[in-house]
Amino acid sequence: MKSFLEEVNEKINGLPIQRCYHCRKCPAGCPMTGAMEHNPNRVIKMIQMGKKEAVLNSATIWLCVSCETCITRCPNEVDIARMMDVLRQMAIESGVGAKEKNILKFHEAFLANIRTGGRINEPMMMVQYKLKSGDLFSDMAMGLDMFMKGKLSLISPRTKDMGSVRRIFEKTKQS
Amino acid sequence: MKVSYYPGCSLHGTAKEYDLSVRSVSRVLGIDLEEIDDWSCCGASSAHNTNFKLSIALPARDLITAEKKAQDVMVPCAACFNRLKTTEHHLCHDPALKAEIEGIVGGRYQGSVAIRNPIDIIANDIGLEALSAKVVKKLAGLKPVSYYGCLLLRPPEVCHFDNAENPVLLDRILTTLGAEVRPWSFKTDCCGGSLTISKTPIVTKMVDKLMAMAREAGANCLVTACPICTANLDMRPSAGKELPVFYFTELAALAMGQEGPDKWFGMHRTDPRPLLQELKLL
Repeated sequence: MKSFLEEVNEKINGLPIQRCYHCRKCPAGCPMTGAMEHNPNRVIKMIQMGKKEAVLNSATIWLCVSCETCITRCPNEVDIARMMDVLRQMAIESGVGAKEKNILKFHEAFLANIRTGGRINEPMMMVQYKLKSGDLFSDMAMGLDMFMKGKLSLISPRTKDMGSVRRIFEKTKQS
Repeated sequence: MKVSYYPGCSLHGTAKEYDLSVRSVSRVLGIDLEEIDDWSCCGASSAHNTNFKLSIALPARDLITAEKKAQDVMVPCAACFNRLKTTEHHLCHDPALKAEIEGIVGGRYQGSVAIRNPIDIIANDIGLEALSAKVVKKLAGLKPVSYYGCLLLRPPEVCHFDNAENPVLLDRILTTLGAEVRPWSFKTDCCGGSLTISKTPIVTKMVDKLMAMAREAGANCLVTACPICTANLDMRPSAGKELPVFYFTELAALAMGQEGPDKWFGMHRTDPRPLLQELKLL
């Protein structure tokens, strides 16, 4: 059986994360460290120690905002941003789900909106997110203000060849 | 020059004024925009956060369409730019993935068109001298800080845009427009990106810090080239911390004496018109 470390490295499909010599440049530059329960460097250590459940069930992997500061500054070119993508995808595929439920619900609403029209319609996407998350009332005043200023169009141009877009969703569907 | 144009979803919605100002500035500078036929969304953060192959296949569809015209692709949205560049990077470096994605999308990808942000096209192809020649109203008194954010720059081996720690292209454009650009250390800090909807308090904290640091640098506004940065900076600061936020193309159009800026500024949450009127720029 593959170790957690081997699984993660295989999915990153790049340089192995054990190149990390724990200089901690990644947490130093990470804008989200303050909100995370494990900083990015600690996640690498946890993967090396085989703590799969703790990592996949952490809020950290969902709070990573993909700013790519870590990979830009890593002296060993460990692609931590890609590693976080891999961990999120593993959490979804393994059925662990997302510790930060609304973050995943936002992503799901966003992708469902592309699947419907090929392009994002922001007000419709927000409605989809609100229905999924149950967070119905936040940003109502903001939305109204934007609507009055002509920033929100309820109808916006869509992709015409929706067959090609749906085919992409079908063929990349995860088990 | 003629370029293919990938506006992306935001520029048809909450970033309308970015689309309108890019079009206005391009017209003046002789950049002919040809919108990519029947483009679809790049998938943005949500695709790569949850499904790697989807995150490559969606932009690949657009790149394959763009390749039917042998011209550079202009991508004003920093997030779209990053996803298109990331896709180009993976497809050019991973033949097995390329074959698989081509099968999914149904077309061949050559890697033949350059993906570029308008900052790069204006600073490097049009040139600052040609830009300067079109300025009819110097933006005197306007003291912006340039805010590049994350996605134009990182990772540098994918984006190939400007220095990843101290980019200067936007500063040079703004200086050419006559603005008194303030130096600051937060050019490339993150605004919180897509967490703005699902984790608003975190984003407010990040944006408040950027506003405070801009003020400390002596700035009276912030300038961006990204709809997400702009949305967060314009809409998420705590009451009393706001500063006006502009797309750089809005200021370029203003300095070039074009029609439109007044209307675009009315779409901002923090109305920049009082500042511009005070400086006699509007």
